[in-house]
Amino acid sequence: MTNQDILVVLPEIVIALMACFILVLDLYLPATKKKKFGYGLSLVTLMVGAGLSIVYSEPAPVYGLNGLVLMDSLSAILKVGICISTGFVLVYSRGYADARGLWKGEFFALALFGVVGMMVMTASNHLLSLYVGLELLALCLYTMVALRIDSTAASEAAMKYFVLGALASGILLYGMSLLYGLTGTLYINELSASIVRHDGSTLPRTMALILVLVGLLFKIGAVPFHMWVPDVYEGSPTSSTVYLATAPKLAGFAIILRLLADGLGSLATEWQGMLLVVSIISLALGNIIAIAQSNIKRMLAYSAIAHVGFFLLGILTGEVSGYASAMAYILIYAVVTLGAFGVILALSSKGVEADLIEDYSGLNQSHPWAAFIMLLLMFSLAGIPPTIGFYAKLSVLQAVVNAGMTWVAVVAVVLSVIGAFYYLRIVKVMYFDDLATSHPGLQFRPKQDARILLTINGLAVVVLMPWIGKLTTLCEGAIEVLF
Amino acid sequence: MKVIYLLVPLACLVAAIIAGFWGAKIGNSATHRITITGVGLSFVLSVVVLFDVLDGHSFNGSIYTWGTSGGVSFEVGFLIDHLSAVMMAVVTFVSLMVHIYTIGYMRDDPGYTRFFCYIALFTFAMLMLVMANNFLQLFFGWEAVGLVSYLLIGFWFKRESAVAANLKAFLVNRVGDLGFILGIAAVMYLFGTLDYSAVFSAASEKQNAVVTGVLGYEWSWITLICLLLFVGAMGKSAQVPLHVWLPDSMEGPTPISALIHAATMVTAGIFLVARMSPLFELSTTASSVILVIGGLTALSMALVGLVQNDIKRVVAYSTLSQLGYMTVALGASAYSVAIFHLATHAFFKALLFLAAGSVIIALHHEQDMRRMGGLRRYMPITYITSVIGSLALAGIPPFSGFFSKDAIIEAVHHSNIPGAGLAYAAVLMGVVVTAFYSFRLIFMVFHGEPRMDKQARSHLKESPWVVTVPLVLLAIPSLLSGGFLVESVLGGHFLGDAVAQGPSAGEGDHLTAVGLMTHGFLAAPLWLALGGVFLAWIFYVRVPSLPGNVSQRLSLIYRILHRKYGFDQFYQWLFASGGVRLGEWLWKRADIALIDGFAVNGTANMVGWFSRVLKRLQTGYVYHYAFVMIIGVVVFLSWGLWS
Amino acid sequence: MITLSHYLVLGAILFALSVVGIFLNRKNLVIILMAIELLLLAVNMNFIAFSYYLDDLAGQVFVFFILTVAAAEAAIGLAILIVLFRNRRSINVQDLDQLSG
Repeated sequence: MTNQDILVVLPEIVIALMACFILVLDLYLPATKKKKFGYGLSLVTLMVGAGLSIVYSEPAPVYGLNGLVLMDSLSAILKVGICISTGFVLVYSRGYADARGLWKGEFFALALFGVVGMMVMTASNHLLSLYVGLELLALCLYTMVALRIDSTAASEAAMKYFVLGALASGILLYGMSLLYGLTGTLYINELSASIVRHDGSTLPRTMALILVLVGLLFKIGAVPFHMWVPDVYEGSPTSSTVYLATAPKLAGFAIILRLLADGLGSLATEWQGMLLVVSIISLALGNIIAIAQSNIKRMLAYSAIAHVGFFLLGILTGEVSGYASAMAYILIYAVVTLGAFGVILALSSKGVEADLIEDYSGLNQSHPWAAFIMLLLMFSLAGIPPTIGFYAKLSVLQAVVNAGMTWVAVVAVVLSVIGAFYYLRIVKVMYFDDLATSHPGLQFRPKQDARILLTINGLAVVVLMPWIGKLTTLCEGAIEVLF
Repeated sequence: MKVIYLLVPLACLVAAIIAGFWGAKIGNSATHRITITGVGLSFVLSVVVLFDVLDGHSFNGSIYTWGTSGGVSFEVGFLIDHLSAVMMAVVTFVSLMVHIYTIGYMRDDPGYTRFFCYIALFTFAMLMLVMANNFLQLFFGWEAVGLVSYLLIGFWFKRESAVAANLKAFLVNRVGDLGFILGIAAVMYLFGTLDYSAVFSAASEKQNAVVTGVLGYEWSWITLICLLLFVGAMGKSAQVPLHVWLPDSMEGPTPISALIHAATMVTAGIFLVARMSPLFELSTTASSVILVIGGLTALSMALVGLVQNDIKRVVAYSTLSQLGYMTVALGASAYSVAIFHLATHAFFKALLFLAAGSVIIALHHEQDMRRMGGLRRYMPITYITSVIGSLALAGIPPFSGFFSKDAIIEAVHHSNIPGAGLAYAAVLMGVVVTAFYSFRLIFMVFHGEPRMDKQARSHLKESPWVVTVPLVLLAIPSLLSGGFLVESVLGGHFLGDAVAQGPSAGEGDHLTAVGLMTHGFLAAPLWLALGGVFLAWIFYVRVPSLPGNVSQRLSLIYRILHRKYGFDQFYQWLFASGGVRLGEWLWKRADIALIDGFAVNGTANMVGWFSRVLKRLQTGYVYHYAFVMIIGVVVFLSWGLWS
Repeated sequence: MITLSHYLVLGAILFALSVVGIFLNRKNLVIILMAIELLLLAVNMNFIAFSYYLDDLAGQVFVFFILTVAAAEAAIGLAILIVLFRNRRSINVQDLDQLSG
């Protein structure tokens, strides 16, 4: 092993070791100190991970561990995004998890191991490392969903997630095995060249492509492989929902880009049509079903499905600008979703889940600041200017139009307008309905650190607007080196 | 230098932000100190920039790229040349004067800090407008100054008339802005870029591009762009027939009338055309339209000014008329002359407004000239400065207005594009009228017998120093700037190569200030102006009964002028009530029945129904979920294998 | 003579069996866990067959990783099953219907 091998995966190594350390520390520290140390150490670890990812980032791909992993600006950006968003998750979750007895060593260790899995996914250049990263993340997620062991909903959600996730992993693996048989290689950067060299029947090739595609689409929750999403979002404790709703989306983008756009790029004409169908029905189904929801977590789950559909539009253009717009979209989506769940977490208290939309009636009267932040975030999710959510949608649509698929853009806009309805309903409920009297009102009592981050997060969706061009430039730069 | 360029607008912005967010907390005097420091800093730096530009330096570059889309980048960038440097100096100077003046004028107003926030913000926006090096930033500044203007017209939002004036200004400007943004879109379409220098350098090769548009006529693209941009300029610079908002905007506080609605914002349209001069030079049609509109505005608005009795409205109509003069100069391709008049006008018109404001405070917000008179004994400084301003406005040498106005008349005289004759006649007649109404104001306000009631007279005194100092400071350039600048203007190097040189620039024999003055005594305009002053003296000092008699004799004309040609009534009838009736019809027939009943509620109901049906797909059974996944795989597989 | 396609067909049959086991079974969750194990073994079969015929060891290494992950997955699956049983007093697949819509 050379120095370079270490440097490429240094952030992953550090975080994995720290996760083990936190887990062990949890056994030996007195109960009063456990929470403080675990929390502080996890945040420091994530910061160090993000810092190392920046410090050792390389613009052009640098391979390590015999080509199993690589480091380029795409993985650097996404690793930093994953670390930061997980840090936000921990800060937001503290009050909620503490009140429910979830705030313990396992939570930190699982979150950090999940981060390692995601980072490996973003950095993978080999089907094996991709699979191992994926499974590391998935196992952490299953466990985090089930973390609240006294809740029937949580254990049911975990079971469903587990069964379907395992099925999807199996399908993905089967596709990978076919790819291996067809090309004789497991290296992603060699796939593209050798798969076109293969002559003979296209049947195994198409089968391999479709099975891999299905596995990937399941991980990001696109229709028709989305069935787990609403149940898991609703059933799991909100502290876990916010985790699985944000950072894994970034990792999912990374594996889609690496495996589909890069590894199977030579088959682009075959997967583009399928992605088109998937993204349009995701947009339609996500946006339409979300309207009938009464649980805000479930609503955000359908919204996630719709957003995934939107982001796939950028991928299916098959062009650098499209990939870059999808990347910007998913980063912006992660920021906004973090904030939305952050508000839900901050409004939850012991015994109050704050997950029914009717709970939010008249929130503006009791907690105007929380209502205002929620308003900004909902506007951003709906894509209303001048929020960054608008810009995200705009850049994807532009890429789609530039690729000559104007009608797709029109359909996407129409479906997004339908989607705006349920976001605005939250705003309407908060601002125009009377304070709910039938049940105890929500309390907005986040811890001080969560309050500060939440304010930053909420205002960021508007304040960041002038610098949004930088994000696009960053994403384009990261993706250009790959193609 | 780049840092200085950036500091000029940012100093105002920072001041505005502090005044806006923390004004209430830090108190009135701290607020005005901060904003005056900010604007003062901008002024000093603008002067530095001006001297730097006069040394021959210029700058054109982007500061920040906001985003790139479809090959077009949206940038914040500065173009610093003679034109923008002159504008920056004028804007910041007048703004600084108005800031100081406001301390006295607004002393007891509850919205004191809000007012300072707005005017500092306005200065920022105006600077962004004049410093822009691309259309997008120009548009940003354009809309931002408009926004602040609406905020300030409606500053006393509890007055119904202020709110109505506010709405009117907003609506009329929307018409202009529609043209403006269409023009920008056309530029984008034709040139594929929004950068000035790129557009200008590509302009001549696109000269023959035509668009087959309305009614099958072939339009030259350049003409179309110029006309659309000019519609925007007409809205902002209040040219007939989009002028109706400006007189009503006098509902705002007087410092604002001076800063925004006389000296700076309304001249944005003039600036726009001067900035776009390389485009306008290519289109004679557009120039003709500009000439005719400008001539019409110059004369017709001056005539309306004759019959106004509200002191601020007289000055407002004179502003309209002077804007018409500048527009005429633009039409005659004398761009540097237009900017020259813009600069001198900014000084003397701000002076006149502030002087009017000084009178208004002295009389406790009395604005009717019929209840004034004889004020020269009580308010000597205001009186002298007003006379200087009026002499400059009337165009008497050696005051600044003489040089700039004479240059305009000369330029029109030498122009030979269609419409020049009409414009020439209009501006010549305008000279008499201008001299008449400006001295009518002087005589009615400051001379004669005091006509205010006893109580008001007992309180009469000169305004405090914060009011008079700006008056004096503005009087100096009103007096001197014309003679000082005229040689470089006529020599053709006033704006360097920032604007296209028209054919009529450069006269030859009388290029010095003194030469021009001696020439002036031999030419018609000066005698016309003196005649106007003399007439005013006869009407309002010598034979005070004359105005009443004349207005009775010429009652028809008087009524037409009094009603301002019926523009307001016409618009009221056509757009306001017509719009209401059309709206009502559409509301009942189209909206309630068709759109609400069928489209909106129908769609919403349908989507809701779909939502409830599709929701049932999510049964909750894990084997159904798995089944859906497998179905998905099978569908994809069969699709992949069949195709 | 047993060729590559024999192995592949065997793998495909195992895979199909396990998939059917996941969505046809409505009684016992443990059967689903078994089906998932079978699913991964079917993939292993594929990998080993390809590895042998391509004369490339990487496929067999991959199998080791899959086996390891499968063990971890089984552990977590059983843990979730126990939590579920404690809450529900049932491991009937049809009883998992609290979350829907």
